[in-house]
Parts: sequence; C-alpha cells; structure tokens
Amino acid sequence: MTAAWAIASLILLPLAASALAFAFPRRGRWLALATALTTGVAVVHLTRHVITAGVQVHRAGGWGAPLGIDLRADGLGVLMLLVTSLIGLAVSLYAQSYFTAHEPDRPRETGGSGRESDPSAGEKSRSRLASAAANRPGREAEALHRERYFWPLFLFLWTALNALFLSSDVFNLYVTLELVGFAAVVLVALAGTRAAVTAAMRYLFVSFSASLFYLLGVALVYGQSATMDLPSLAATSRPGPTLFVALALMTVGLIAKAALFPLHFWLPPAHANAPAPVSALLSALVVKGSFYILLRLWFEAFPALLTPAVAQLFGLLGAAAILWGSLNALFQTRLKLLIAYSTVAQLGYLFLLFPLAAAREGGFAAWSGGLIFLGAHACAKTAMFLTAGNILHAAGHDRIEDLDGMTHVLPVSVFALGLSGMSLIGLPPSSGFAGKWLLLGAAIAQGQWWWVAVILVGSLLAAAYVVRLLAHAFTRVGEPGMPNPIPPVMEGTALALALLAVAMGFASHWLAELVRVGAPVAGAMLGGGATP
Amino acid sequence: MTGRGLLLLGILLSSFVTGLAIFFLKEERHRLRTWLNLLGAAVKLVLVAVLLQGIYQGRTGSISVEFLPGIPFALGADANSVLFVTLSSVLWFCTTLYAVGYLEDSPHRSRFFGFFSLCVTATTGIALSANLVTFLTFYELLTVATYPLIVHRGTTEALRGGRVYLAYTLAGGAILLLAVVWLHSLAGPVVFEERGILQPLIASHRTELQAIFLLFVIGLGVKAAIVPLHGWLPKAMVAPAPVSSLLHAVAVVKAGAFGIVRIVYDVYGAQTAATLGVLQPLAIAAAVTIVYGSLRALSQDELKKRLAYSTVSQVSYVVLGAAIVGPVATIGGLAHLVHQGVMKITLFFCAGNYAETLGTHRVSEMNGVGRRMPWTTAAFTVAALGMIGVPPLAGYVTKWYLQKGAIQAGDQWVALVLGASSLLNAAYFLPILYRAWFNPPPERWPAEHRFGRWETHWMLLLPPLATAALVVWAGVFAESPFSPLAWVKLIAAREYAP
Amino acid sequence: MPDADHRIYLLAGAALFAIGFYSLLAQAHLLRRIMSLNVMGGGVFLVFIALAARTPGVIPDPVPQAMVLTGIVVSVCATGLALALADRVQAATGSVELEDDEEAGDRPVPRPDPSADRKDTHSA
Repeated sequence: MTAAWAIASLILLPLAASALAFAFPRRGRWLALATALTTGVAVVHLTRHVITAGVQVHRAGGWGAPLGIDLRADGLGVLMLLVTSLIGLAVSLYAQSYFTAHEPDRPRETGGSGRESDPSAGEKSRSRLASAAANRPGREAEALHRERYFWPLFLFLWTALNALFLSSDVFNLYVTLELVGFAAVVLVALAGTRAAVTAAMRYLFVSFSASLFYLLGVALVYGQSATMDLPSLAATSRPGPTLFVALALMTVGLIAKAALFPLHFWLPPAHANAPAPVSALLSALVVKGSFYILLRLWFEAFPALLTPAVAQLFGLLGAAAILWGSLNALFQTRLKLLIAYSTVAQLGYLFLLFPLAAAREGGFAAWSGGLIFLGAHACAKTAMFLTAGNILHAAGHDRIEDLDGMTHVLPVSVFALGLSGMSLIGLPPSSGFAGKWLLLGAAIAQGQWWWVAVILVGSLLAAAYVVRLLAHAFTRVGEPGMPNPIPPVMEGTALALALLAVAMGFASHWLAELVRVGAPVAGAMLGGGATP
Repeated sequence: MTGRGLLLLGILLSSFVTGLAIFFLKEERHRLRTWLNLLGAAVKLVLVAVLLQGIYQGRTGSISVEFLPGIPFALGADANSVLFVTLSSVLWFCTTLYAVGYLEDSPHRSRFFGFFSLCVTATTGIALSANLVTFLTFYELLTVATYPLIVHRGTTEALRGGRVYLAYTLAGGAILLLAVVWLHSLAGPVVFEERGILQPLIASHRTELQAIFLLFVIGLGVKAAIVPLHGWLPKAMVAPAPVSSLLHAVAVVKAGAFGIVRIVYDVYGAQTAATLGVLQPLAIAAAVTIVYGSLRALSQDELKKRLAYSTVSQVSYVVLGAAIVGPVATIGGLAHLVHQGVMKITLFFCAGNYAETLGTHRVSEMNGVGRRMPWTTAAFTVAALGMIGVPPLAGYVTKWYLQKGAIQAGDQWVALVLGASSLLNAAYFLPILYRAWFNPPPERWPAEHRFGRWETHWMLLLPPLATAALVVWAGVFAESPFSPLAWVKLIAAREYAP
Repeated sequence: MPDADHRIYLLAGAALFAIGFYSLLAQAHLLRRIMSLNVMGGGVFLVFIALAARTPGVIPDPVPQAMVLTGIVVSVCATGLALALADRVQAATGSVELEDDEEAGDRPVPRPDPSADRKDTHSA
C-alpha cells in the first residue's frame, strides 16, 4: 500500500463506515470492527513508510498548498494515528457488548443522590424495582436506541481525529477540530441522563466558542502571512505583534479544548457522565487533539514566538493542573469523577513538555518523553474508564466507598485498575515511567529543578488516589453481593489495554525513534553523558 | 543472549510463571496449588545451583532487551547477585512450605500465593539486575507486589499498615528515581561493575556525586529500614507471619540493604566512595540505627514487634559493613546479609508457630512455651543466640569480621557500637529464652490448637528447624569452602583486587 | 473603494467577537447564549472578509472568502446541534438555564415528543 493510499484510507474508510452505520444501524458493531482492522493495517503501512522514507505528503486532488488541502504524515502524526487506532480498536471491541449489557436506569438500592428523603424508602424502592422490571422492554429499547447512534458517531469521531492528525494547514485543523468537537458533544449526550445532557451543553459552549477563538487567530495569521500551510508558515513567518495576538487567541481556544487548568471545568462532568466507552475516547483522544495542534503551532509553525517566558507559563499551568487535578481526584466519591480529575492532572504533565522541549539541551528527550507519556496516558486512561464501566455494570453504581471487597468478585477488573494505575503513577516498566524518565532527564540536564519536583510530587499524588481506590478492593467483606455478570470481552479489553500500558515501556526506544522523523526539536537522547 | 542468559531468565520465570498460574487457580484446589508452589521453588533452587557453579568458575552470562532509549533492560549475574539470589531461593522454599501450613483454612489463598510468587520474582529480579534501571524496575515492582500481602487480612488495621507502607516506599522510590535519573544525566547508562564506574567523574562533579549518594541512601534506606525511615516496618507487622518472614528476611528489607551494597561497591566503588567522603556519614547512620533499633526492641512486648525492631537494628550491620573501607568489613557486612536472613526467618517462623498453636503474641505470654513446644523453642534459641553473637553460630562470625574490619580501618568507635549492640541483643533476647525454658507454663494457653502427634503442624515445624540448622552450619562451617562466608570472601577479593 | 474601509470592518469584526463573547459569559438563557455564539461567529467572518479586501484596487482575495463559506457551514451545524441539545436540556431540567450542579443525578431524560405543543416560545 502506498503512503498516499494509506493516508486516504485513514480518512475515507471510517467516514464511509460511519455513513453505512447510520443507514444500517444493525450492522454498526460489525462495521466498527471492520474499520478498526482496516485502518489498523493502513496505519501500520504508513508507519513503515514514514520510518523508511521520512515525512509523507499527499496533495488532495493534486492541488497543493495554499489553495489545496495537504495531508502530511510525520513521526508525531503517525504516533497520534497509532494511538487512535489502538484506542479505537479497544473501544470497538468493548462496545460490542456494552450497550445491551449495561442497564443505566437501574434504580439505586441505597438512597441514591440523597435528594429524595422519604420515610417509606423501603416501599418506594420496592415499587421502583417493580416498575423497573415492568419497564425492562422499554429500557432495552432505550439501550438499543443509544447504541444505534453510538456507532455512526464513534466512526465519525474517528474520521475527524484521523483527519486532524493528518492535516497540514491551520484552517483544515480548524475544520477537523470542530468536527471532533461535535461528535464528542453528541457522544456525551448519548447517555441520556440529566447530568449528561447538561454536561454536553456546557461542553458545546466551551468547544464552539474556543473554536471561534482559534478561527479568529487563523484569520490574523492569514492576514499577516498570506498562507496557512504549516511548513510555509515555519519558513516565512516573522515574529511581530499581530502574530503574537493571533497565536494567543488560538492558544486560549486550544487550551480550553484541551482542558488545561484553569479552563478545565467542563471536563469532569462531561467525562464522568458519558457512557464508559465515550469517556475513554474523550480522555484518551479528543483532548489530545487540541494539545497536538498546540504542539504544531508553537514548535513547528512559530518557534520564534516560543520564548522562555511563554514556555515557563505553559509549564506553570501544567503544574497547577497536576496539583489541582490530583488533589480533587483524591476527594471524589464517584469512581468516574475520580478518573476524570485524574485526566485533568495527567494532561498537566503534557504541558510540561513546553518548557522542557523548548530549551536547547535535552530538548528531544523531553519531546519524545512527553509524547510517550501521551500514548501511555491514552492506554491507561482508556483501560481505567472501561474498567469503571465494567464495575458500574456489575455493581450498579460507582460509589467508591461502597466498592468494598471488589477483588473478591471482580478480580480481573481490580487487576486492570492496578495495572493502569501503575502506568498513571509512572512505575517501571510502564510507558508512563518511560515518559516520566525522559522528562526528568531533560529537566535535570537543563537545570530546571522545579519541574523535577513537580513531576515527582505529581507521581506521589497519583499514587495517593490510585491506592485510595484500590484499598477498597482488599477490604474484608462479610458477604459480597452477587454482581451482574460482565461479558468477558468487556473485561478482557480493559485488561489487555492495561497490560499494554505497562508493557509499552519496552517499546519506548522505538517510539522515540519514530517521533524523531520530522521532529521540530533536535538533540541527542539522555544518557549521552556529560563526561568531558 | 547466551545460554547462560537463558538460565537467568529461567530463574526469574520460575516464580513468575508459578505466580500467574496460581492466580488462575480456583480457591478449592489446595493440593494443586501446594504442588505448584513447591515445584516452582524447587525448580528455582535447581537453576540457582547451576548458576552458582557457573559463577564460581568465572563464567558469567547476561540477557537484555531494549527498554528506554539508550538503556537496555538487562539481567546479569555476578558474585553479589548470586549471593542474594541463593539466599532468597533457599528461604523462599522454606517460607512457601511454612505459608502453606500457616494459611490452612484461610480465605483467598490463590490471591495470596500469586502475589507471594510475584514478590519473590521481584526479589530475584533485584538480585539479577545488571544495571541500575533494571534494578529500579524490580525494586518498584517489589513494592507493588508486597502491598496485597500486607493488606491480605482486609481489616482496618491491615489497610492502615498497607497505607503507611506504600507512603514510605513510594516516597522512597521517588527519591531513588531522582538519584538514578540524575546519575544517568551525568554518567550515561549505569551498569553494575565491580569497583564501580564513577571514578572519572570525581574531579568534575564531586558535590553532585555526593548529593546523589545521599539520595540513594534515602531512597534505598526506606526499605532497608535505616532510622528515621524505618517507620513502616513495625506497622507492617499486621501481616500474617509468613509475610513478615518474607519481608524481613528475604525480600523487602534485604532488597534495600542489597541496594546499598550495589551502590557502594558496583556503582560508586569502594575506593571512589571513600574518596568522596560519603562513607563516614553512612557508617554513622548505620550505627545510629543499630543502637536505636535495639533500644526500641527492649520495650516491645509484642513478639513480632520486638523482632521487627531487631531487624531494623540488624540489617544495618550490612550497611555498616559497606560503609567501612576494607575487605574485612566488606566480608562481615555481606556475610550478615545471609546470616541475618536465616536467623531472622527462624525467629519469625517460631513467632508464627507460637501464635498459631498457642495464641501467644506477646513475650509476657510466653512463659514455659519450651515445655509445650520444645523443638520450636530450640530453633528459636539457636537463632536468638546467633543474633546475640554467641560462637560458633552465624552471628558471631559476622560480628568478628566487622569488628576486625572496623579496627583495621581505624574506626574504633564502630567496635564499641557493635559491642553495645550485642549487649542490647542479649538484653532483649535472653529474657525470652529464660521465660520460655525456665518459667512454668500457664494453666491454659490463650488459644490452643492441637495438631496431632507433633507439637505443631509439620509444615510449621520443619522450616524453622531447617533454617536453624542453617544458622548452625553457617557458623560452625564458616571457614570451610562450602559456607556463605567463603562465597563472600570471593566477592570481596574481586572487589578489592588491584 | 477607499483604503480605510477594510480596517473599519476588521475593528467591527473584532468588536462583534468581543460583544458576543461577553454575552456568552454573562447571559444565562440558553437561547441567548447560542445567539451569542452566532454573533461571535459573525465577528470572525467579518474579519475574514475584511482581510479579503485588504489590498485596495484589486479584486478581493478569494481564499478568506472560501474559508468564510466553510465557517458558515460549520456554524450552521453547530447552531443546529446546540438548539437540539438546548431542547433536551429543557426537557430534562425544566429550565432554560444550565444548572451548576455536578450531581444532577442519573435520572434518564424522556425523549421529547416532536408533536407535542410546547409552551416555551416565550421570552426567548
């Protein structure tokens, strides 16, 4: 398969599958799996091309920049595509059984959110159970209805993500960013609950307004440089007030979409109230898309504007995110909210890449470290959310305090949580560790000791909330309640991803070499030694 | 990758595969689980014996796979590794037998033995690491694998103990990570090599190397229970006795001590460390720990807690040996790694026996146990006397070498510390022995179980007898070529050879 | 066309953007917030069109105009989506303002019946 075919199929295949899934809802599951496999093949081929032949460019329609749309694949882009394929495959497998297995309208046996305080609680719950049983056909219809729209939306999101990672000019990035946003918003609302719909509305406001900030920035960029193509911008742009304002506007918008502190407020409710596979997609991929664009803009298109002050500011916001997110995660009562706040914290690590990669020495180590961390987080967070979905299904709730004795009845899920927790904390040999190692090495080599402290403290905080969660698994329970059975493919997918997150540390040298292709940051890796 | 490299992999996998297999076993398959456990332990012993012979003849092996950019994940074996891995394999075998007997009728044994095996795998990995990053990996994996063992009982106390344990060890791990990354940024990939690799950097990076050494000691000192980083150890006594035995004698504390040994001899090198002036502070820290641990042990009535503080004190003998320059002190310290292991594990086995058979947890309840459980108490006596340093038992050999080495190196004050420690050991062990043998037993024991003809279950009786025998052998046959001491002399010779 | 024209439109576009953004933050009613988004969008498009006319005396640059067209399409889709979602929010919460509450609960939302007569056509 040539690179051009690979690139084209990465966008066209999921798009076609999405349309087909919309037209033939009952084929949705199968279409998703087929897409996962075929795009997986395409990504592998593209990776091969990029490694052997360098950056690949495909001029759509033969037009070429500045009027045509160029699709470009370099090391960074291919890494993102690989991660997308992997997570997409996992979610396709998981969601095969998720919707029909999951019963979101199960009434809570123990008082629920505490809003209804009535003395006849027992009678009320009994009658609720009775009416729930009577409504079972209705609930199944609801679940099928939800699933019917999940598949085309999921495949559409996949298309938009692939297109985003292949785009080579700032306007196309805007379009794909918007498409990703739309798909994500609707997927959040798919859960159908009041909280989900509210969170989706809020997310839509943030997303749309942020995109408009970005678009305004694009306008200013065009006004200044008369081009929107990233390589051309890199070659011809000169720093000046207009560009600075443009970049500031774009950054504000992208930071909001990437949920960097302090514009992260929309993320926890959205990720926590969405269905589990959607939460996974959001945390693992959607927010990373905006981060990716930030990387492209600051490192590739306008590196001259990335002054030390700006880089340190990014790092500062990242550090604040790590602290704020971790502390909040520690005090959550619901599992999915804990995981969502953990995402806020882990995204902070990514922004540490700015001060560390922008420096002269050890820049590439930080660049590859941050990207490896991104991939690690995607796998681990997906595994966590999928596991949370399993637990929610099995236990009927996700209140952490009431998950005592989990390990007795859900050992596989607890193991998956433990393994993904290992990657989040950054314990060796996980890929989270590999990313952290590289970032630490860069920070020490550059003498930026405060980031060293931030990274280490962040790991300990992550350990705190992971352990808090897992400790409940080991408590002695008199009589563990009988959980609902979980389809094995759901547990298996979560576990496989968690294992991958831990084992991928061994692929870190390969990943580092991959992102070296077309990297905007040069330099040797850590370990070159400073022996004079 | 050589054939010998595959041997290393096999040693590692023997417990890993066992652990995985046991995880999948249903709770009811007792016999199968026991057989798997013992089979895994036996296979490991055999492979380690093969390795031992090979290293003795000077043949080394290694196996590695790419890990971080520029840094491989590598297993290798040198004399130091073999010392540690032999110790852990032998003691694992004994502890497995003991644990099977101890946990009869306990719930969740598959989970327990699964993590048990993973724990030993991590320890083996620590022993067989060929470079610092691999060491760090297994070191942290050890932390992860031991947590479920500590909280096994699931009580509030157990969970609290586990939380404290993780707080200490993960924080220590973070500091250790910092030390490792910093050192790599200065020196490139750090491989374990006799006499260390940092000699060329002394001139240019003196203060940094000193700072890194401090970080190493703090990071490793948590597991090695150096005062004031020892706080987790007494709290972790809430775990079942086999776990305590494992933690104290085989795995966690030894891993910390072994780590310090590696840093001093195979990363910095004894001469380099001496030149940097970092060994004196280390010796002082070790001495403080030795005395403090013994003092705290005096005031403990709970037997396991008393033994816990004794461990805090005794493991620092190893650190002390590493901190004094000279082959004789090295021999003393390294030998104590083995000796303390067998002695302490015997003591913990016996403590577990008392708790299981008679329900006695406290020293004050131990009146006359010698009448009721003579064999166990005999093993206890042997080990206790060894700890005190009575010839010709193992502990005496160690102390003799340490004293001699200290005096040779000009650190006379160390000899005083060692003497004081022996006195304190006597002070907290002899009363127990007196009570056990010479006091009349109470009317009724707190919670007695009868185990048939023998004084206790045979699986609980055999291990302490076996390890007590090892204590005797290591001492009496110390000067023969078949003792741990002989092996340690080999290590010292290679470290200090010109 | 005089030269100063395009700069006025630039400023107007920026002003519209700012007004729209302020309104998005300050208003609570869902429909008003959606309209604010449209105003913001309008501002951005105006900027683009002004840029198209930045060189006096020649025909305007078609590239920004193409971008505006794309932008309008995106904006229309977003508005449609927002309106549908606002409808759902109203059905779920009974209010036309977003609630602040995170623990809004997991009660399901009934699907709105398109044929039912709705009484929310007031004070939009």
